[in-house]
Amino acid sequence: MRETIDTHAGGPDAARNGAAEPAAAEPLAAEPVAAGPATDDPAADELIVAGRTLRSRLLLGTGGFPSLAILAEAIEASGTELVTVALRRVDPSARGSLVDVLAQAEVQLLPNTAGCHTARDAVLTARLAREAFETDWVKLEVIGDEDTLLPDAPELLLAAEELVDEGFVVLPYTSDDPVLARRLADVGCAAVMPLGSPIGSGMGIRNPYNIALIREAVKVPVVLDAGIGTASDAAIAMELGCDAVLAASAISRAADPVRMAAAMRAAVQAGRLARGAGRIPRRLYATASSPEAGLPELGPS
Amino acid sequence: MIVLNGEESDVRPGELLSAALARLQLDLQARGVAVAVDGEVVPRAQWSSYALAAHARVEVLTAMQGG
Repeated sequence: MRETIDTHAGGPDAARNGAAEPAAAEPLAAEPVAAGPATDDPAADELIVAGRTLRSRLLLGTGGFPSLAILAEAIEASGTELVTVALRRVDPSARGSLVDVLAQAEVQLLPNTAGCHTARDAVLTARLAREAFETDWVKLEVIGDEDTLLPDAPELLLAAEELVDEGFVVLPYTSDDPVLARRLADVGCAAVMPLGSPIGSGMGIRNPYNIALIREAVKVPVVLDAGIGTASDAAIAMELGCDAVLAASAISRAADPVRMAAAMRAAVQAGRLARGAGRIPRRLYATASSPEAGLPELGPS
Repeated sequence: MIVLNGEESDVRPGELLSAALARLQLDLQARGVAVAVDGEVVPRAQWSSYALAAHARVEVLTAMQGG
């Protein structure tokens, strides 16, 4: 049976307009969704990616933090176990070691291929990251456009296939296209990471329907990556059925990154619980929550 | 002339990769470092035996905040 997906959980515009749902008698999302956690205890609600168990459903991007000290505090506040890093030329004058900070935090590294525009460059970068960090995991990014940083779909798929063949655990940053997500899963990616909106834009999830379709289209974990602006966006991602959220700029560039890290952690847990609880359908007209029966006659008005 | 991280260096052809790394204040135990020569990964185990050819382009990379 096809799982019922609440395509509207993430429709903030529809929610605000109120009258966006034409069929009150036949709501699109009437059935509770049984895709949420089997437990109410967030600590016991584990995510398994490529056989590895993660106790946190929040992935953290390390870019943009004002200092390594604040990054370390934010990692602690977020509860994350998996953080991204980029691979760049060694700068002998750099102060402090990111590698040391992350080792101390006891988080697993997820190297990215940010800045790569071709499958060839991304594959080489992944190989270098494997050599540097002794991990087979890679957040695969192949960028097709400098202004939007949107993925280059054909190159992404090529790189994914090659890296899977070389034994990598590939987590591709992808567009919110359900067909491409399925193709990526079909070539053996361990998860798919669709964008909500462009990297660093903070515009949230612009096409919640597609994110819900991606959740239906693949069996591997779906990680909402890019576009998260604040905690409610992360909650919406989880309500849509995403298995995890990756946040970077939304935390690192917040006025108080550590507090925002705590907010994201709570939002991911709240969204996950709400997803499992099954939201009520949206209706055009009110449904009284107090009984009609027993209403007193209070005389002429 | 050997190019080290995009800049002309004083590393001579025939010098070992480990000597090039020393120019960047890195030793063979440096954590979180990877090296490519002319677009190919050179595994850590070969750093102390890999002799650099003339015009070799050496990229020495490590983790930076990102993503």
